[in-house]
Amino acid sequence: MHELGITQSIVEAVAARAADARIQRVTVEIGKLSAILPDAIRFCFDICAQGTAAEGAALEIIAVPGRGRCRDCGREQAMDHWLASCACGAIGLQCIAGEELKIKSMEVI
Amino acid sequence: MCATCGCSDHDAVTVTALGDGHTRPAHRHAHHASDHDHDHDHEHDHGHSHVVHHHDHADHGHSHDRHHVQHKHEHAHVHSHQHGTLIALEQEVLARNSQLAERNRGWFDGRNILALNLVSSPGAGKTSLLERTIRDLHGEPVISVIEGDQATLNDAERIGGTGCKVVQINTGAGCHLDADMLARGLRELAPPLNSVVMIENVGNLVCPALFDLGERAKVVILSVTEGDDKPAKYPHMFRASRLMILNKVDLLPHISFDVERCIDYARRINPDIEVLQLSATTGEGLTSWYDWLKRQVQTDSFTETTP
Repeated sequence: MHELGITQSIVEAVAARAADARIQRVTVEIGKLSAILPDAIRFCFDICAQGTAAEGAALEIIAVPGRGRCRDCGREQAMDHWLASCACGAIGLQCIAGEELKIKSMEVI
Repeated sequence: MCATCGCSDHDAVTVTALGDGHTRPAHRHAHHASDHDHDHDHEHDHGHSHVVHHHDHADHGHSHDRHHVQHKHEHAHVHSHQHGTLIALEQEVLARNSQLAERNRGWFDGRNILALNLVSSPGAGKTSLLERTIRDLHGEPVISVIEGDQATLNDAERIGGTGCKVVQINTGAGCHLDADMLARGLRELAPPLNSVVMIENVGNLVCPALFDLGERAKVVILSVTEGDDKPAKYPHMFRASRLMILNKVDLLPHISFDVERCIDYARRINPDIEVLQLSATTGEGLTSWYDWLKRQVQTDSFTETTP
């Protein structure tokens, strides 16, 4: 449910920076563990962009894979979900990547 | 829909302080006007260190990799691109909410107020636990409440029945409270110095996990009628919470709920999460909750740090 509001935040942020320019492309980074659904953002983007400088812009989403560090042995490894555990048997990986929710850039003309 | 902080339809948000019967629109979008006060779009010459930013620069023609790593704050810079002009933003989508949450945190700190953000599914027993807690503690500490629901004043009326100060925030279609709504609620609530503010968030195990309100800690309340795999299904909330309260334990003899399995899931997601088991109905286990709460007050108290 939160993706619509988040998409509007994205559109407002880029439109404010665009000033009088027209936005061609917006690039957003979304971590796999961020609780944000990229498809839902895409679904909302065109609607939210209507009537703004971002109308008609392409939305590029960079998916950042989850990565965790074992709290016991320190090994870094892929972390696909929050219940991921280490090969050493330890549970509760410390997430070091995958929670991103960031507007990286936009392209304007 | 508030397009700045990602919160929901602020035009439909209302704040009601029970007692005067007056309902006010909560969100005046005041923050939008100053939304970009702290941003500074400028063009850079990157042949130097960026420790100081308040300067104007000419063009640059090099990689931005290191630049991005070094800068934590929002800013934009422009360079040419074959398809148009690429503007690097590096902006956290929820940055505005986070700023407002920090402001709330300072507001609480300055008043020596402990703020807890109570989160759960609808029906887990947040309001019942609050009612009982306020009655049992008899003002030690003083507790006031911000209620968050999409509609109705029902919970605020229940809490108001205990005699404590309470403000209801109705979010309309919104599925969570955000830092701006809380700030407006706090102005109505005007909680006393050296007290506790309990924020009862909208019943929802998903969205409230993403929005910092400026609270000291989130407390997730899970009732045993909901299923012992809730932490695995909704990991973000259990990861974000400092304490998990298992409520309605008086019903355990009648249902299949594996307490150990539930706690195991929660600890796999958040190894540091504390767990309490209680029943707000029978009173079982409530002493441990009151002790936890008083420990948090002690931790917060100025008297701890004042000689």
